[in-house]
Amino acid sequence: MATAFKLDEPEIAPQRATFVNVGERTNVTGSAAFKKLIMAGDYAAAVEVARQQVANGAQIIDVNMDEGLLDSEYAMTTFLKLIAAEPDIARVPVMVDSSKWSVIEAGLKCVSGKPIVNSISMKEGEEAFLAAARKCRQYGAAAVVMAFDEQGQADTAARKLEICARAYDLLVADGFAPEDIIFDPNIFAVATGIEEHDNYGVDFIEACAAIRSRCPHAHISGGVSNLSFSFRGNEPVRRAMHSVFLYHAIRAGMDMGIVNAGQLDVYDTIDLELREACEDVVLNRPGHGGLTPTERLLEIADRFKNSGAGAIKEAEEWRGWPVEKRLEHALVKGLDAFVVDDTEEARGLATRPIDVIEGPLMAGMNVVGDLFGAGKMFLPQVVKSARVMKKAVAHLLPYIEAEKSEGQAAKGKIIMATVKGDVHDIGKNIVGVVLQCNNFEVVDLGVMVPWSTILKAANDHNADMIGLSGLITPSLDEMVTVAAEMQRSGMKMPLLIGGATTSRVHTALRIAPAYDGPTIHVLDASRAVGVAGAMVSETIRDELVERTATEYEAIRVQRAGNQQSKLATLEEARANAFPTDFSAHPPVRPRTIGVQPVTMSVAELIPFIDWTPFFRAWELAGNYPAILTDPVVGESATSLFADAQAMLAEIVKGDWLQARGVVGFWPARRDGDDVLLFTGDNRHEVLARIPFLRQQVAKRAGRANMCLADFVHQDADWLGGFAVTAGQGIDVQLARFKAAHDDYNDILLKALADRLAEAFAEALHQKVRVELWGHNPDEALTNDDLIREKYTGIRPAPGYPACPDHSVKPLLFELLDATAHTGLTLTESFAMLPTAAVSGFYFAHPQAEYFGVARIGPDQVADYATRRGVDVAQAEAWLRPNLD
Amino acid sequence: MSKAQSLRAQAAQRVLLTDGAFGTMIQSYGLTEADYRGSYDLTDDQKGNNDLLCLTRPDVIDAITRGYLDAGSDIVSTNTFNANTISQADYNAVHLVRDINLGAARIARTAADEYEAKDGRPRFVAGAIGPTNKTLSLSPDVNDPGFRAVGFDEMKDVYADQARALLDGGCDFILIETIFDTLNAKAAIMAVLELEAELGREVPMMISMTVTDMSGRNLSGHSVEAFWYTVRHAKPLTMGLNCAFGADLLRPHVQALSPLADTLVMVYPNAGLPNDLGEYDEQPATTGAFIAEWVADGLVNIVGGCCGSTPAHIAAMAGVVAGKRPRAIPKPRPRLQLSGLDPMLMDAA
Repeated sequence: MATAFKLDEPEIAPQRATFVNVGERTNVTGSAAFKKLIMAGDYAAAVEVARQQVANGAQIIDVNMDEGLLDSEYAMTTFLKLIAAEPDIARVPVMVDSSKWSVIEAGLKCVSGKPIVNSISMKEGEEAFLAAARKCRQYGAAAVVMAFDEQGQADTAARKLEICARAYDLLVADGFAPEDIIFDPNIFAVATGIEEHDNYGVDFIEACAAIRSRCPHAHISGGVSNLSFSFRGNEPVRRAMHSVFLYHAIRAGMDMGIVNAGQLDVYDTIDLELREACEDVVLNRPGHGGLTPTERLLEIADRFKNSGAGAIKEAEEWRGWPVEKRLEHALVKGLDAFVVDDTEEARGLATRPIDVIEGPLMAGMNVVGDLFGAGKMFLPQVVKSARVMKKAVAHLLPYIEAEKSEGQAAKGKIIMATVKGDVHDIGKNIVGVVLQCNNFEVVDLGVMVPWSTILKAANDHNADMIGLSGLITPSLDEMVTVAAEMQRSGMKMPLLIGGATTSRVHTALRIAPAYDGPTIHVLDASRAVGVAGAMVSETIRDELVERTATEYEAIRVQRAGNQQSKLATLEEARANAFPTDFSAHPPVRPRTIGVQPVTMSVAELIPFIDWTPFFRAWELAGNYPAILTDPVVGESATSLFADAQAMLAEIVKGDWLQARGVVGFWPARRDGDDVLLFTGDNRHEVLARIPFLRQQVAKRAGRANMCLADFVHQDADWLGGFAVTAGQGIDVQLARFKAAHDDYNDILLKALADRLAEAFAEALHQKVRVELWGHNPDEALTNDDLIREKYTGIRPAPGYPACPDHSVKPLLFELLDATAHTGLTLTESFAMLPTAAVSGFYFAHPQAEYFGVARIGPDQVADYATRRGVDVAQAEAWLRPNLD
Repeated sequence: MSKAQSLRAQAAQRVLLTDGAFGTMIQSYGLTEADYRGSYDLTDDQKGNNDLLCLTRPDVIDAITRGYLDAGSDIVSTNTFNANTISQADYNAVHLVRDINLGAARIARTAADEYEAKDGRPRFVAGAIGPTNKTLSLSPDVNDPGFRAVGFDEMKDVYADQARALLDGGCDFILIETIFDTLNAKAAIMAVLELEAELGREVPMMISMTVTDMSGRNLSGHSVEAFWYTVRHAKPLTMGLNCAFGADLLRPHVQALSPLADTLVMVYPNAGLPNDLGEYDEQPATTGAFIAEWVADGLVNIVGGCCGSTPAHIAAMAGVVAGKRPRAIPKPRPRLQLSGLDPMLMDAA
């Protein structure tokens, strides 16, 4: 079919997750249905259970055949061999689960990827434990290690930590890779009526945090359904308990769980009363009104046994209009409540379902397009309109496909992708929506897309052009790679470049020379339609291509001409370092030394939001709050702002997003252009060397060649670091919006999460200045002052102009143990996940200021490579944006 | 310095060369059944049993080996791709397996040592272990997907016998090559790990996957990335790709592997794709130009040839790698790398 709307494009990015669902249904001890199939020898049906689990989102499948009446080795090997023949199951890793080593080993001999063994433990002593661990290594398997020793299974948090720490030390000393260790600190049933069981949930959650910080690189898993064992038969309550438990355990560091992948509730959609009752039980909170938490949950449990909910919306005046008018109204106003019903009504009146798209829906979108073109509608509304359109098309698609009819050809087909190593997609999604609104077919490959996938998709789809997006600087290099590979494979189609760090200059200097086909930088979404339209036009294409090529050539010529002999040597630049006045302002010792987690609620962060960049993300120009009354965009901005406020309220009420952060302060001293961090104030033991870069562009007299290290005293000083995110939990909501074809709320939530992360960074920096470091304890600034950076001290982030090397981020993360504390992880190009995140260093000196390192010379690259202990090619790759 | 350390030290300085094909070179000698059979009393026809030539026409195998050393190979491999009990069963020559491997190892060892003594440049001998013609992950019977023609332990023993003989014959490394089934490779790795315990010394492994279609998967369905995560526990001396396509079509897969593998990358492609007559006609200069691109892009540490390649191809490669910087070995962050047919990563704290 050929409409402009393409739905459900598979995500091609490699699987990478912060919480991994292990499917539990292929386990005879956990699933009565599966056990029945295996006992009856119905392996074909058993294989379907595995397929269902993967289809429902299991990222690993647990296979367990421990049953007294079964030849477990036979069952295990038979089943594993059968699923190996099913690519849609075999694509995910297997967890070979048995209490008997012989069954595990038989299973390992049938698994062709890298599996997980579940489980090994010190139950039989250290020797047997290490022997099993060595076998796991030889078979190339990771291992679940149960918190179980010679004395038995650990129940308290302290015992769990003690056993896991001992197992960890033994394994690591024996050569077992720490990242291949997955602890299972035992999830036991709560709400059993036995008082000693009441704290089991808390014990597990506390143990998670303690183990993650004690055992670097190790993971934590658990069998979640044990928890609710006492509520067998009441699935809604069990699901609620699991969701509540996971919500807290994941925040504490649990990153894998054996769960029924199809049956997890979204935390904030759980009935509030039920959720609180579950939370009281899981967190072992005090009872209310004479009832213990268990009694209270029991009391309400029956009411939820067959729960469901519904809402009736009131019809408004426009509901009385003819259906075409209603559809147009819904599209222009972005109202989606009735669109499926109206579309269905229109389908009843149309000869063919495709006519509904080509008739009233396209007519409505044309109105939207005209209004947008005339500047009477703005991006936020257009995205809302597209959401309505997508819903309507999604409703029609099955009918259209059933009819196999030919639709109106799209204007053109564009492949869009955020390049490998990068995960940012707000801008790309906006461009995709705008192009779709203008009748382009958009094949969106998602984020982290390798070049080979992009080229293949372009060929397979016979695309008219490719659009690449990226936000972080390493993505610029990746775009050059894509261009070079397009060249190598002899492609001719236009390549459009967009995204926050991309620029006309970079495109002209780096990307266009790598590719002979048309290569055009697209400044923002509003230009995308013009450029894409020109590329499929016979009349204006050549003209635009030629004009762009000429412009880019001019940029190259100009660059080539004015770039000589302007750099100081590194030696000269160092001689012209910034003379920080430490006698007037001696270093201040932070009140707290070391690393500590910080949490703030979203509600606390809202006052710190800087709204101007929020509007800029939506391509509405102007400063907040003046923008709300702007004669041109005021109405649109006001409406967007109202939606943002409403969503913020939802975020707070439903606890959609969790803000987690970590901050650390270390004794430090400057060493050349590096800052050395130490474990103690005596500065004997070096903890880390943080390399910084120095400006080399020749300065006029009186201006220094700045380097962040200049702000640190060469004998005794301190440096701080932080990482914060406001994006934990976002995936759940985004998945919901995606399922509802709701680009508007998807983009809105991402944009708000970004703002909240920035707000968190701002709020935390204030707390640091006044309290945690305390170098400026008497500061009294308004939010406006904060936004204008009227405070002392700076918080430069790796990857930004003052320390442009993104590869410093892993150093910072390691110092802060940031992943354990915040759940943030780094991609191969050092982008932070979730994307709503900020990290950086704290410099306290009042003369510290932001600057851009800009261009540096080969002498500094070579010096930097030596300081980092890498070869020059690696340093060049990291510093590419700062080289000529 | 151990041989593995010595190879790493050499590879830190320059791009190294392994050898090229045996099979297609042997074809050019036009050998007869009598050449193959020699003085052995064997029931079945032996023509085509190339590995047996290590015993019956050692002069031919020696000449080919020296041809590669003359062309510049730093590593020579043994002519033992099918010298295992599964493959030799097809010729009813199972009882000769150990002798073939010993003989092959001695030919390569002697030649390598002579060349090293002549110019002082270290040469290495890789004992080549093929995949056998049986597969551990796939059923040969379409109606019975759970059936397997061979089991893990049996396969492990087959590999162990061959590896033991190759080491006894003087090989420096065990090269597990042309891996079309990832589980076969795991059995081979297990065999070598157990052999290490038996011999009480380290046995460096070279692991080489073959992709069987353009999407970059092998026959058992693993992507290059998933394969690497599956065999990484072997801590191989080299990881790489061989056979499959010519250097041009293999490039994307090399490019996928190169940034992942935290060890030396060794790739030896075919001399292009076979023509209508089943002959490889890619010219040495053409292959050399492709290899030059790989080297310029820092993708590889060791290159060589597979089917269809000749000493002239290796010489062409020697010309383009001379003086070029070898690939830098990446240092990935520790993270849990699991795999089914596809990779699955979990970032560690």
